[in-house]
Amino acid sequence: MNIRFASVIAYAFMALAATVLPGLALGEEEQQASSLTPLPKYRQECAACHIAYPPGMLPADSWRHILNNLDHHFGTNASLDPASVKQLESWLSTHAASAGRATIVPPEDRITRSTWFMAAHDEVPASTWRRPAVKSASNCVACHTRADQGNFDERYIRIPR
Amino acid sequence: MLTSGRLCALRSLYVCGIVAAAGIPAAYAEAPAQILNGYAVQSGTAPVPSRGQQFFTTRHGREWACATCHGATPTGKGQHAATGKTIAPLAPAFNPERFTDAAKTEKWFRRNCGDVVGRECTASEKADILSWLMTLKP
Repeated sequence: MNIRFASVIAYAFMALAATVLPGLALGEEEQQASSLTPLPKYRQECAACHIAYPPGMLPADSWRHILNNLDHHFGTNASLDPASVKQLESWLSTHAASAGRATIVPPEDRITRSTWFMAAHDEVPASTWRRPAVKSASNCVACHTRADQGNFDERYIRIPR
Repeated sequence: MLTSGRLCALRSLYVCGIVAAAGIPAAYAEAPAQILNGYAVQSGTAPVPSRGQQFFTTRHGREWACATCHGATPTGKGQHAATGKTIAPLAPAFNPERFTDAAKTEKWFRRNCGDVVGRECTASEKADILSWLMTLKP
């Protein structure tokens, strides 16, 4: 009787896992993309105004659009010399998203408008995004306290008041 | 017994040691005074610190002033107006890394003058700004 009960529970868990796993798989993908050590040039040139976003958060096409329009970079001038742009393009396209939902070019090449990003943040109310300490969805490190190290693990999320 | 916490502490000591060691002999490529001198020579006039302060703290017909992100007195941390990322102090006396690489200085003037003024800054404007920043002392 007990064994039968246990197996019912086990089946229930398996069914639950099947529904939850696709989401977890994406989480793992992101985690893998994040654990990559950034190219020093990428850190130097791109992580002055924002964190070094993991390359796997965008498809190669988006990275190329971004790098070819650095003088109009989301409202600011982030222009760079052509040699640096080329070096960054090669590294970013090599490590860009290669599977899953992150391979779809998001509107305006914004990570924050990717379907996976919006799904992962759908429980965050608009008022939280507007808090002075958060300011913008591009400010990952406001809540993901280790985002600057490429670590987006839920354990290190602290949403500021 | 070496716990992982201890290992981490050891590692950070090691890293800090390298940073500290690198900080002493590896002199910066340039000194702020050299970079300032370069701009002053280019402009052909003596820099005016008060004019630099004025330029830095006022808007130039656009959304942002330099001070919007760097703070009106850039001796402490600033915050990027769009991304919210912390910006290290700009005044060289408060951040020894600043204005020690002429090419980097040029890159940031080019980008940020584009955002603040909508054009590149003149050599005279750059000299004014830098001369004012160099007057800020602890």
